[in-house]
Amino acid sequence: MFCKCAARASRALRPTHPRCGVLTLPALSDIGSASGTSWSRWTYKRESSNSAWNSKVPQIPTWEPVAENQLPPPTRVSPDLVDKLERLALVDFGSKEGVDCLEKAIRFADQLHDINTDGVEPMDSVLEDRELYLRDDMITEGECAEDLLQLAKHTVEEYFVAPPVFIFNAGNIPLPKREERSSMLKHSEF
Amino acid sequence: KSPETFLFFIMIPYTGEFLSMVGVVGLEVHAQIQSTSKLFSGSHVRFLAPPNSLVSHFDASLPGTLPVLNRRCVEAAVLTGLALNCTINRKSLFDRKHYFYADMPAGYQITQQRVPIAVNGMLVYSHFEGRRRNQVVTKSVKIKQIQLEQDSGKSLHDDEQSQTLIDLNRAGVGLMELVMEPEMCCGEEAAAAVRELQLILQALGTCQANMAEGQLRVDANVSVHRPGEPLGVRTEVKNINSVRHLAKAIDYEIQRQMEVLQSAGKVLNETRAFDSKSGNTIPMRDKEGLQDYRFMPEPNLPPLFVYESKASVPAGVDPAQVVVIDRLSAQLPELPSVKRTRLVETYGILQEHSFTLVNEDGLMDYFENVVQTTKAEPRKVIGWVIKELMGNLNSQNLKVSQSPISPCALAELINLAESGHISSSTAKQVFQEMWKAPEKTVGQIVKEQDLWMINDKEELQKICRRIVDSHPEEVNPNKVLNKLMGEVQRETKGRTDPVQVRAILEKMVS
Repeated sequence: MFCKCAARASRALRPTHPRCGVLTLPALSDIGSASGTSWSRWTYKRESSNSAWNSKVPQIPTWEPVAENQLPPPTRVSPDLVDKLERLALVDFGSKEGVDCLEKAIRFADQLHDINTDGVEPMDSVLEDRELYLRDDMITEGECAEDLLQLAKHTVEEYFVAPPVFIFNAGNIPLPKREERSSMLKHSEF
Repeated sequence: KSPETFLFFIMIPYTGEFLSMVGVVGLEVHAQIQSTSKLFSGSHVRFLAPPNSLVSHFDASLPGTLPVLNRRCVEAAVLTGLALNCTINRKSLFDRKHYFYADMPAGYQITQQRVPIAVNGMLVYSHFEGRRRNQVVTKSVKIKQIQLEQDSGKSLHDDEQSQTLIDLNRAGVGLMELVMEPEMCCGEEAAAAVRELQLILQALGTCQANMAEGQLRVDANVSVHRPGEPLGVRTEVKNINSVRHLAKAIDYEIQRQMEVLQSAGKVLNETRAFDSKSGNTIPMRDKEGLQDYRFMPEPNLPPLFVYESKASVPAGVDPAQVVVIDRLSAQLPELPSVKRTRLVETYGILQEHSFTLVNEDGLMDYFENVVQTTKAEPRKVIGWVIKELMGNLNSQNLKVSQSPISPCALAELINLAESGHISSSTAKQVFQEMWKAPEKTVGQIVKEQDLWMINDKEELQKICRRIVDSHPEEVNPNKVLNKLMGEVQRETKGRTDPVQVRAILEKMVS
């Protein structure tokens, strides 16, 4: 199951950073060239300057299972929701096994509710401490229509071909109702 | 139609209460960023090109490709934000907005939903009211946010073959989405706001803002309610290709919603398309329920930072590689509203004229050129520029840069008229001749057609005497004078000063 202690430990150790609360590792160039001995030198340096950096991986296993009563009530996925998700994601999982798998996955993720995240900024990118590289405004790509069109099954005079989209209908390609779907699949070319 | 005409009076049966409904309009504007390459890839941005020739591997959403942000697009968004008095977010984030459409091969659009680049701005605009449309009313609308996002490709619907043809040249071009608060009340306000926005974007150079070419796309969110009550159900109106259509579409939709409510119906929360032929809006989508875009952070792009000044750029980062707000502030050009104020204050022209000068590309420079070259007052020059010059340009659908009459030539003509060498009516005639024969100078035309003003008093007396003598039968003094003056003008082909002629005739007739 999931480990609570690691979360607690890492929270205590996560030092402040001017921008985003992530530790900046010393640049590799400070440590030395990439030779056989540099790795051990790096590990040595790591231990000697331990005030700035500690491993987030616990030295001994510390996890304990989360009791059922600590989790929120289990989520049931209704057939309507299955339909909606299939339409949004264009994924076919309407069978009993598919729904079971989804519900189990949700249950697994429910354990996240047990963690206390007070005062912790959400992280949505591991690149948050990097400078986003900005490109110069120059033409460097394009003019490869032939190569791209070769990848498509159907093309018409340098255009890609897609199934008809009715302007005054749903903008996305609508999935027909559950009942009609199986018969469509039999006759469809795509 | 002025805003007042949309106070729609409804009498509730049996209670005799008078209640007035008003329209509520909020605009969503997508402005295509004027840059050489696309937002996240190095393909060329161009309007007309062979299909799928301006498409990189990333634009075609081939697996393994990654977005690389174009600095010029960030600068364009910041410049626009600064011009619209927005707060620029030092840190902004990118997200994925998922939906399936044939012209968006990735299945998602990279946008900025959580934290956009600029927020809380204001667009100040003016429109004309009053019966003669010469009273300027200044309004403002709050800008909720400006965000960077990708444009999609183009779909061509082939109904015959029952297929859609996809051209990805436009896919990935940078867009600035400007979301305005629903503070406007009718089509005219929306049209005026969009026109001002077009001028601002064009002055900044961040967007060419041509609606017909799709560089500026406007969707209107329209609802109606009684002031003080909660907002009504809104509909989204799309497929608007010009500022005129925008006003029409909004006014139609407000009217339609009021009629629905008046007949005890309900307004549906739907998307409607504007049909320019009929001037109506038609429902566009099935009642599918609200779209769920499943927003998630874009994992391939770390947060975007822009810096206050060169000093706030962190050590180890090249200032030339990042966006610095101070540097961009210094680059801001003179905005249209500032230009107009300057014109009114410097030249003493009317406010409505300053609008015409700034609206028309190149007209302000033309006007200032003439004013500097001629001795006449700016107020006289403005008449020539707005009536004669613009009149001819408009009737032949020409731009100021295509005018056959140069500012110098016009200045010469005005000088001749001011100094009394030709009469004002002759001057207008000469103007038209110059238009047709731009290679001739003013002097040449006047000489060729013998249009010099008759200033010789003796000659004038002779002419007037002749006219008076040939019309002995008239009795009513006022009618006589006007008729005789007309005759003199006709006889001399307009080469006389009406003031002098009137004085002479008055004496003769009395």
